[in-house]
Amino acid sequence: MQRRLIPLAVLLCAALAAAADLRKSGAEFMSPSTQAMQRDDTQNPGMLWVSGGEALWQRKAGRSDKSCASCHGDARTSMRGVAARYPAFDTHAKTAIDLGQRINQCRVGAQQAEPLRAESEELLGLESYVALQSRGMPLAQSPDPRLKPALERGQRLFTQRIGQLNLSCAQCHDDHWGKRLGGSTIPQAHAGAYPIYRLEWQGMGSLQRRLRNCMSGVRAEVPQFNAQELVDLEVYLAARDKGMTMEAPGVRP
Amino acid sequence: MTAIDRTRRRVLAGLGALALLRPAAATPEAMAAAIKAFTGGAVPRTGKVALDVSLLVDNGNTVPITIRVDSPMTAGDHVAAIAVFNERNPETGVAVFTLGPRAGKAEVSTRIRMATSQKLVAVARMSDGSFWQHSAEVVVTLAACIEGEP
Amino acid sequence: MARALIHMPPTARRGEAFEIRALIGHPMETGYRVGPDGKVLERDIIRRFTCRYNGEVVFAAELHQAIAANPYIAFYTLATDSGTLAFTWEGDHGFAQTETMPITVAG
Repeated sequence: MQRRLIPLAVLLCAALAAAADLRKSGAEFMSPSTQAMQRDDTQNPGMLWVSGGEALWQRKAGRSDKSCASCHGDARTSMRGVAARYPAFDTHAKTAIDLGQRINQCRVGAQQAEPLRAESEELLGLESYVALQSRGMPLAQSPDPRLKPALERGQRLFTQRIGQLNLSCAQCHDDHWGKRLGGSTIPQAHAGAYPIYRLEWQGMGSLQRRLRNCMSGVRAEVPQFNAQELVDLEVYLAARDKGMTMEAPGVRP
Repeated sequence: MTAIDRTRRRVLAGLGALALLRPAAATPEAMAAAIKAFTGGAVPRTGKVALDVSLLVDNGNTVPITIRVDSPMTAGDHVAAIAVFNERNPETGVAVFTLGPRAGKAEVSTRIRMATSQKLVAVARMSDGSFWQHSAEVVVTLAACIEGEP
Repeated sequence: MARALIHMPPTARRGEAFEIRALIGHPMETGYRVGPDGKVLERDIIRRFTCRYNGEVVFAAELHQAIAANPYIAFYTLATDSGTLAFTWEGDHGFAQTETMPITVAG
């Protein structure tokens, strides 16, 4: 009796494992030419921001007269895998923070310089450059228990109906992905491509900018940049995406 | 004055006239007039030119296009210029590329804006003075979840 | 100085056509958009792109408002002699920028 059950259990586990990951990158929902734009560094407009970030990495700033390189050396080594772990709980800030906020923490704290404005060319440049150093690696949010409150808040926000259209993120992106919304196909809302060059913006933007677009899209009140709701959502999205491959800098429609 | 000089003058005059008029939106008639100004009145033949663009684009703000022209690109037989037109943007002219035998290969790619679903036309002027064209009807839909309040 | 990226091979065989991809950061403001204050945003576009190979123009583009922001142009040129390719973008409000790339031609 036991001898027959074991192979069956093994088969079931294998079948479940194979069927388990239905997660698809937003890139799978794009046309071949947009996919080519992201895949090919010589065509990817995001690389303009990466090259700006690479230059900024070397530039001394603030009262400290230090550059990122002064403390962190070669980003290709020191920043490898870093973006894949963000948002992370930050002891200094006593809360979860995203990559852009972490960069500004260095700007203000270590460099003693002015923080970079949200969605500015400089901040997006540094974010893109740092995120590039995690490209191809799996999203790896830390199991840090201090992230739990933000994670729970983020999950609640993801499933909460908002706006005049009274829609939640989950309704479109968990329940109806793959279906059409106007002329576009609804993607699953994954975070590993950010920052992205969005064709609609004709420019680079952060995940926070994209989330604000979604909220504007359902005619809800749009929180300010760096509002806690946005970071909470980012924390939840990173958990939801754990194990998926980082694609930044991404290109999206 | 050579035939090419006369064509050049007509092209400049044509483009100048269009710039002054500043139509609210181009129209198929305005596009036809712009093509005529580029060719000096000649009707471009269909062939040799391939305008490569998605028939249904991801986003009208950034549409990749590639124009390829079948030509040996020698001193005696080459593509001199490629012009791209649209029929429903505020301006009918998109770009004019100047090639020549030093181009080696008549293939140009760029990214354009399309305000709405419309026809795009690529016209090539060959070194022998002939004109060839290819057109594509592209469907453009509005993006979902766009910027609202800043 | 706008960020610009040029991709092309460092070497080529004499007589072969090689591809050049030029990308520059620029808003290509059409002059048709209305700003948050209700006023039309002034046109600010790159109008001309030129590629000079050892000083001689081998490719040029006249650009209009329908060219998307952060203009990308990919084109070919014939490898003749070793030397320098110079890429110039010119546009509204006196915008002018040149980037150069070396080319080594063998054969």
